[in-house]
Amino acid sequence: MNIRMILYTLGWVLNIEAIALLPALACAFIYGELATVPAIVITIVLCALFGVPLIIKAPKNKGMYAKEGLVTVALSWVVISIFGALPFFISGAIPNYADAFFETVSGFTTTGASILRDIEALPKALIFWRSFTHWMGGMGVLVFLVAILPLSGGSNLYLIKAESTGPAVSKIVPKVRQTAKIFYSIYISLTLIEVVLLLLGGMNLFESLTLSFGTAGTGGFGILNSGASTYSPYVQIVITVFMLIFGVDFSFYYLILTKRLKNALSSDEFRAYIAIVCVSALTIAVNCRHLFEGFGETLRHSFFQVASIITTTGYMTTDFDLWPELSKVILFILMFVGACAGSTGGGIKVSRILILLKSIGKEIKVAANPKSTVKITMNKRLVEHETVRAVNVYIGTLAIIFTASLLVISIDNMDFTTNFTAVAATVNNIGPGFAGVGPTRNFADYSVLSKLVFSLDMLIGRLEIYPMLMLFAPRTWKK
Amino acid sequence: MKIIIVGCGKVGQKLAQKLGAESDNDVTVIDPKQSVISDVVGQYDVMGVIGSGVNIDILDEAGVVNADLLIAVTGSDELNLMSCLMAKKKGNCQTIARVRKPEYAKSVNLIKEDLGLAMIINPEQAAAQEIARVLRLPSAIQIDTFAKGRVEILKFRVPEDSVLDNMKVMEIVSKLNCDVLVCGVERDDNAFIPGGNFVLKAGDLVSIVSSIQGGVQFFKKIGIKTHRVKNTIIVGGGDTAYYLAGQLLQSGIDVKLIERDLERCEELCQLLPKATVVHGDGSDNWLLMEQGVEHAESFVSLTNIDEVNILLSLFAKSKMQSGKLVTKINRIAYDEVISGLDLDTTVYPKDITAEYIIKFIRAMKNTIGNNVETMHMILDDKAEALEFRIKENSPVSGVSIDRLKLKKNILIACITRGGKIIIPRGRDIIEKGDTVIVVTTHKGFEDISDILEDA
Repeated sequence: MNIRMILYTLGWVLNIEAIALLPALACAFIYGELATVPAIVITIVLCALFGVPLIIKAPKNKGMYAKEGLVTVALSWVVISIFGALPFFISGAIPNYADAFFETVSGFTTTGASILRDIEALPKALIFWRSFTHWMGGMGVLVFLVAILPLSGGSNLYLIKAESTGPAVSKIVPKVRQTAKIFYSIYISLTLIEVVLLLLGGMNLFESLTLSFGTAGTGGFGILNSGASTYSPYVQIVITVFMLIFGVDFSFYYLILTKRLKNALSSDEFRAYIAIVCVSALTIAVNCRHLFEGFGETLRHSFFQVASIITTTGYMTTDFDLWPELSKVILFILMFVGACAGSTGGGIKVSRILILLKSIGKEIKVAANPKSTVKITMNKRLVEHETVRAVNVYIGTLAIIFTASLLVISIDNMDFTTNFTAVAATVNNIGPGFAGVGPTRNFADYSVLSKLVFSLDMLIGRLEIYPMLMLFAPRTWKK
Repeated sequence: MKIIIVGCGKVGQKLAQKLGAESDNDVTVIDPKQSVISDVVGQYDVMGVIGSGVNIDILDEAGVVNADLLIAVTGSDELNLMSCLMAKKKGNCQTIARVRKPEYAKSVNLIKEDLGLAMIINPEQAAAQEIARVLRLPSAIQIDTFAKGRVEILKFRVPEDSVLDNMKVMEIVSKLNCDVLVCGVERDDNAFIPGGNFVLKAGDLVSIVSSIQGGVQFFKKIGIKTHRVKNTIIVGGGDTAYYLAGQLLQSGIDVKLIERDLERCEELCQLLPKATVVHGDGSDNWLLMEQGVEHAESFVSLTNIDEVNILLSLFAKSKMQSGKLVTKINRIAYDEVISGLDLDTTVYPKDITAEYIIKFIRAMKNTIGNNVETMHMILDDKAEALEFRIKENSPVSGVSIDRLKLKKNILIACITRGGKIIIPRGRDIIEKGDTVIVVTTHKGFEDISDILEDA
């Protein structure tokens, strides 16, 4: 394994983190929060102290293969979380480091689960940093790195593959670097559009930025204890629409930009995603109509909540823990479905669910007529056996990790709904669950061990299992 | 430039690698095998489309409508031609097809224009050409020609006890009174573009630039034989052997062909009436001895099995007194190991094919603002030798060479002016209308101004 190259890349990741902390530092000065300035400055210095020496000399052998790609991505995410937690810890805003780590992992993995009982007590600079981690984690730090750094040739695809979501990551233009640049350009543009729309809705710049970061990364850190419930209907609708937008495969927008709207709209995954959103939201609206005044308001809340959960953002406009069982179960199922592959969202991903359902259909057909040849197709294209197998194993592995996590956190003796939805909410990068970790509650009551398990689950969910598992496989580190 | 490559065999992959690495190319590859595509897309800066290159939907998906060039290098001639024809109809792009069957060789040229093909490449014929060139000047390991054949870059190994051993590069002209320029040295695994103080050692692989006569004179002075070989033994009677024998016989070199398939022997007999065709197994050393390998002046192994070729050449080397060896290698990718075997000249038909195509593409870009006339990969692919034509107001003209601010690792190796060849020294001045050969380890130069330090 090319350790030098991995360290070199890690060095760059740390330097980027140092730079990414600068807006938060500016924030501290603007709001006169001089007490938090040292914490941020110390973190920046520490990042640079480790980061700069690692990048001084580029390694001669720039080989990045599948293994290096996976390990680099996993290590990078662990490292940025370790360093990213420092401002919370040093400033004393979150006195316990395990809590600060949990909060940061939750930020970078765009989960949005919090241990903070009172968000508004946090200095504005730290609230900004907390939301900014969402934005960085959404599209990915390494995708950014590939976009700006002239690293070696095409093999960087392994980095992007390991960090991007979905069963089959591919390039949209021949050059890897160009692909990364296009993704980031779309990401930045869409975020800016949302910021402007929120500004038009009468929000101030700070609120617009932080909320947009949370939406773009499909993260879900709010800045008020009340979540998004006190915002105007206009703002809630803007956020709903943008959550849904960021839950779509980014190559969808590239196809539209290159005037291939027909191709974009004919995507099976996109159609299924829209269908699931609409059917779920309408069913919930009917189911919950007695809770709100007028059907319009009901629809607004149901669409907001459905968008928030399926894209794994985790904002809330109302305490959906109080909704009728049917609605809650629909939301619970959506937690697992997740957004589209190639989006910033988490969860299992619509395309995997589609492939799974189609393979079930195939099994039934073959069982009825053992000699028939049945192949699975997506977008009228044959799905390779390899992809189908990978999807099946992925879902199986996820189930095992889920069960194991549930077992460990049950030590804390919380009730079953809390435990079960807490794991679901972290492993799928959503944020809030039900009952004890419901939309108005948080993860503060769990023990340090459970918080570490949740942190791991969040990383596993964001990086889609294998990069993180690679870190723990002894084989990876054998010479 | 938007390029589509149909077929991802060795040649296709080599092209994907080389063309994808150039910053202004958008390369898309088409191959029916998913595993091949995912490998290529993972390794190089190219897009992949899974499917057949003659399926119009697949070509469409690969962006044939906007493509500038389609290169068809699948294993099948018919498919390649068909693919090019469809691309031409659909996207009106330039097309290059690999056509290798000898029976097509002549007929394809007949319909080349009707099919709208910009170039037809025949790997076996290209390889045969390279080999024939080497046999005409056996002391050189590799010969690349520029300026319509008037200038050559010759690669040779410095023999033990040669006058060149321990000689500084700058002393060659004064001590040997030869107008040649050392433009590259390979030692161990490193390649250098040497400065004047570089000291040559026995065993170095040295590349020199010279006129054809200049090269011959130089070889004589350092005690290397320069006459072309009088006879050759070729083992393996495939297409390459057929083309090679034809060319050698034409230039008066005796050819003995050893082939183990009787039917093929009879066929070759008809095709090459002047050659001696021997029916037998080339890997039988008794047969080789009987056919006089000991006294042959050159030995070419062209069987279809790389390992056999290598062993045959090593065997011939041990038996021959002083002969030229040429070994064809098709698949094996262990360059380092093979170059350690001291096999003299090795020929990689697939690399040659890829190189021919890349050369053609550089020349094609020429018409859209790029000025490369000829290009060769030298020093074990670590450097490029490029020939540029100097246009009016070129930033390099009108100033003596020692006053040009060149980038590192660049050597101005030769100037040709109205048919005259100038091996440039510091005082020489490049003029408009000259062609200039530049040796560099940089990649992707497109204009002579690229050699200058960025202002």
